[in-house]
Amino acid sequence: MSDAESYLPEHPPVTDWVNDFDHTDPRWTENPYPIWDELRSASPVVRTERFLGCYMPTTYEAVRAIANDTEHFSSRRVIVRDVRPEQTAKAPPITSDPPEHKPAKQLLLPPFTPDAMKRLEPRVRAICNELIDGFIADGRCDAAARYTRHIPVRAIAHMLGIPEKDGDLFIRWIHEILELGIKDQQTLMKAAEEMDTYFAGHVAHRKTHPSDDLISTMMNARTKDGRPLDEAHVLGSLRLLLIAGIDTTWSAIGASLWHLAGTPADRERLVKEPHLMPMAVEELLRAYSPVTMAREVMKETVISGCPIKPGNMVLLSFPAANRDPAMFPDADKVVLDRKENRHAAFGLGIHRCVGSNLARMEMTVALEEWLKRIPDFRLDPAGKVTWSEGTVRGPRQLPLLFGKAA
Amino acid sequence: MGKLKIHVDQDKCQGHARCKSLAPELFELDEYGNAHEVGDGVVPAGLEDKAYLAQTNCPEIAIEVTEE
Repeated sequence: MSDAESYLPEHPPVTDWVNDFDHTDPRWTENPYPIWDELRSASPVVRTERFLGCYMPTTYEAVRAIANDTEHFSSRRVIVRDVRPEQTAKAPPITSDPPEHKPAKQLLLPPFTPDAMKRLEPRVRAICNELIDGFIADGRCDAAARYTRHIPVRAIAHMLGIPEKDGDLFIRWIHEILELGIKDQQTLMKAAEEMDTYFAGHVAHRKTHPSDDLISTMMNARTKDGRPLDEAHVLGSLRLLLIAGIDTTWSAIGASLWHLAGTPADRERLVKEPHLMPMAVEELLRAYSPVTMAREVMKETVISGCPIKPGNMVLLSFPAANRDPAMFPDADKVVLDRKENRHAAFGLGIHRCVGSNLARMEMTVALEEWLKRIPDFRLDPAGKVTWSEGTVRGPRQLPLLFGKAA
Repeated sequence: MGKLKIHVDQDKCQGHARCKSLAPELFELDEYGNAHEVGDGVVPAGLEDKAYLAQTNCPEIAIEVTEE
């Protein structure tokens, strides 16, 4: 998977972050936090000519203002890319604006309430333990390859009612859409088509074999005037659930383990004080928020005193907002029991992540089960931690030592 | 100190459910996962800190706490 990066068209290296930022630059991928600090101290909104023109709000306040302003900012494109083709693959409700957004979102909300997630929790706990069984005796593992990436894949497959063993296929599609797709339109469209064909097969099967899963929920959904959703809507939403549900949570779990591996004091505290877990999960979500979204400017406006012009995209960095010291004291420090934490890891406004309760449950269970069985672990100095590029940030290689090896 | 009363602004709530997690005695969720105050929103004695905790962790600033 990782050697595919070498086929991407090269972007010239950044020499002036404030006027020419690029979220695909290797330095941003490796360690974006000092770059965001530099941008934030320059202006609440910065702009680059790259990506055919793109703004980035750098403060929590500016991110909130844009997220709440559906009049000037559209969600029809949610990834900042090199190209802006007219025809885009719709994935309601994430790519929907008002008034279409609300009915599309309401269809998806009931299966993802905290109570629904409680029913799924035992399966996720079992998945985590099956995975740990596979490597615990080795004393070492690449936690990204062996643990974090499989948990959300299997959980969402379980909810959709598709085989958990198709996980590797899903991981490839997601890499092609979210990473390679930034610079390569053809790869993105091919992956989207393959996903539609895959789901169309599952939809067809359920016409004669009804089942109790998310695919059936979408098939049985009715619009306000009682009509079934058209097939493009069903397939688009299913594509969204698969894409949005996987490498996001994989990244959040991985970044949390990476933090705990490198910060023994926090790791020991969580082992000794497991009741801190809910607050710790929120703080890890704040400090290592994986997901950056996008908007497209539709009408001229002003955000935090900065003029915003149509024809540009907006890199809507919830991760950068969550590191704004004006909103979070000691923003660059992980404070496991941080008391006030209005973090925006799941977005703000009408597009709040539909799977936030699922992600929180998966993160909590994945960390709890890991810490119960592997309380003592550290980064393997002989290995290298690598991070994903672009829209979702998390460790894609996470070599850890534990047991006797630690 | 008088009694506290809480209210969730339905135009602002987006269903992050932080309040339900921090103060399950004071909030309930509807079928879409959006939050509402339990009953008339009067905070029982002893739960005042939880009411303020929920308020200060709501990402949408949707929770009002008033002193009666």
